[in-house]
Amino acid sequence: MRKAPLLEAMGLTRRYAMRRGFLGRPVEVRAVDGVSLTLERGRTLGLVGESGCGKSTTGRLVLGLEMPDAGSVAFEGQPMPAPGTPPWRAMRARMQMVFQDPLGALDRRMAIGAQIAEPLEIHGIGARRAERMERVAALLRDVGLRPDQAVRYPHELSGGQRQRAVLARALATDPALLVCDEPISALDVSIQAQVMNLLVELQSRLGTAILFVSHDLRAVRQVSHRVAVMYLGRIVEEGEPDAVLHDPAHPYAQALVSAIPHPGRGQRRILLQGDPPNPADRPSGCAFHPRCPVAVAICAKEDPMLKPRPGDGRRVACHVAQGEVPAPSVGRSAAGLNRPAQISKAA
Amino acid sequence: MSEPLVAIRGLAVDFGGAPALRGIDLAIAPGEALGLVGESGCGKSVTWLAALGLLPGRARVSGSVRLAGEEILGAAPAVLDRVRGGRVAMIFQDPASSLNPVHRIGRQVAEALGLHRGLRGVAARAEARRLLDQVGIPDAGRRLDAYPHELSGGQNQRVMIAMALAGQPELLVADEPTTALDVTIQAQILELLGALRRETGMALVLISHDLGVVAETCERVAVMYAGRIVEEARVARLFAAPTHPYTQGLLGALPPLDGPRRPLSAIPGSVPEPNGMPPGCAFAPRCPHAAAACALGVPEAVAVEPDHAAACLRAVRELLPA
Repeated sequence: MRKAPLLEAMGLTRRYAMRRGFLGRPVEVRAVDGVSLTLERGRTLGLVGESGCGKSTTGRLVLGLEMPDAGSVAFEGQPMPAPGTPPWRAMRARMQMVFQDPLGALDRRMAIGAQIAEPLEIHGIGARRAERMERVAALLRDVGLRPDQAVRYPHELSGGQRQRAVLARALATDPALLVCDEPISALDVSIQAQVMNLLVELQSRLGTAILFVSHDLRAVRQVSHRVAVMYLGRIVEEGEPDAVLHDPAHPYAQALVSAIPHPGRGQRRILLQGDPPNPADRPSGCAFHPRCPVAVAICAKEDPMLKPRPGDGRRVACHVAQGEVPAPSVGRSAAGLNRPAQISKAA
Repeated sequence: MSEPLVAIRGLAVDFGGAPALRGIDLAIAPGEALGLVGESGCGKSVTWLAALGLLPGRARVSGSVRLAGEEILGAAPAVLDRVRGGRVAMIFQDPASSLNPVHRIGRQVAEALGLHRGLRGVAARAEARRLLDQVGIPDAGRRLDAYPHELSGGQNQRVMIAMALAGQPELLVADEPTTALDVTIQAQILELLGALRRETGMALVLISHDLGVVAETCERVAVMYAGRIVEEARVARLFAAPTHPYTQGLLGALPPLDGPRRPLSAIPGSVPEPNGMPPGCAFAPRCPHAAAACALGVPEAVAVEPDHAAACLRAVRELLPA
């Protein structure tokens, strides 16, 4: 019998009601719109996309920090228990979250050692205080801090050290899954490299699975085994990082890859027109079609499914990439690029 | 180089005893695009805030900043008012907080036109419309009456660029103009800055923490660390032959786009505190090649090649025959 994957999310959907203006009628915004993903033990799935694409909400749904309006999450083959119940709490010890801003994630009035010990107390790990302190010292060493730094307060540490402390706290309960939401975006380039190295090293040592949420494709390639590209609440392409980075199939993934600034790269950028649309005003058919350089008539009408592409089996949600319709000629796509940009009406 | 547009000599800034800039020498030629790269706190923004007299009173500024030969550091307010927004314009990271949320964008662009070009009324509105058109805002005529919150982040940054162009500047200083924006929008703004430079012939200083952004937009790069310029070269040369260990570290810390995945060569430790500057070379405590001599004095920039200078003792040693 096949062992169930560590994490399996099926058709996750999360809707919010947004009111436009002071007296406006509430409109429904689908932040996450039918996302399914699988994560194996000890592996990393990178979730990339631009702001508002629903990648962070997906991370929160997976952890049970928010309940989906539709769809389900199974962890180690078991469905997610109702929030607040003892089984839910027990499961939460097995999955932890790391946020973008380490200063905001830490309590400024508590020494970091006490903060790392807190999850041990909450989940009743370590019978005696001395045992817990020993575990805190081991965790600090794991993330590259010194045990004597346990008495430091967050403001006494540098940005990189703070993110290490946050990681140590997340690892305290020995979780099987770590959801990292933009864990390096607030850090300087040289510190980003330190934290990425640390994540990869900890994973190989502890076997933790990681859901790595980021807008940075480079960082995602560095740490992930698989990558999923999101646009407006949906996964539009999924595959091995090198396959997606070197030969993206979805036109949005192509634009995203070509927008990575890279020293010494000669090739032309694909410039997308306009801004990502407002989730409250989701375009008909494929949500990307108003900005897509290769969109054809069917794209405005029919919603493409995420499915393996004939040929190499890359999972992509695009009528053109799937070969269901002939790709438009170059002249047509150039005309498409000259369309006036859409203006987002987001307030 | 011909007469530089801006020549900065020995610029130093001190906030109550903590040095933020420790002697910057920089020259920008007319029409040139220079990238200023470094991590937070290295002084890349302070350099331009100091040069334009925008720092708070408690900052102690010394040195010299010449604009086309005329000293502007510590110049009279009337002189600076003509320079700022006129001959030298500046845009910042977060467009939403640089724009006034309660005024329509047309009025804000027209205000800059009134200040720097004396345009009023219908003429100002027509010119504001032309500028919005120039920076690629669709339907510019109607957008004049929009408020900043009705536009996206990328559109607001375009409005900021339009305001900066209002004074027909000879130099545009863009301080992390795309950091708050999504990658696909960042690509649009970088493309726009390049196109505007070709159209207007203005010089550009692009301040960024992202070496990739600078590589695609600029001709020359200066790398800053702890209040000093540690390396300066043409873009292609800097990426092909980085000489200062800090530049090498920054390039090594960038995850590659292809090839096998191996640990990144992260720079150990973190940037020194302004109050706790190490003696000698500020990078020495994090430097894999540091020697005893590095702590003795702050290394001066030396020419490794024409148009390529590095402030590192090893750069000199490499010039000597072994």
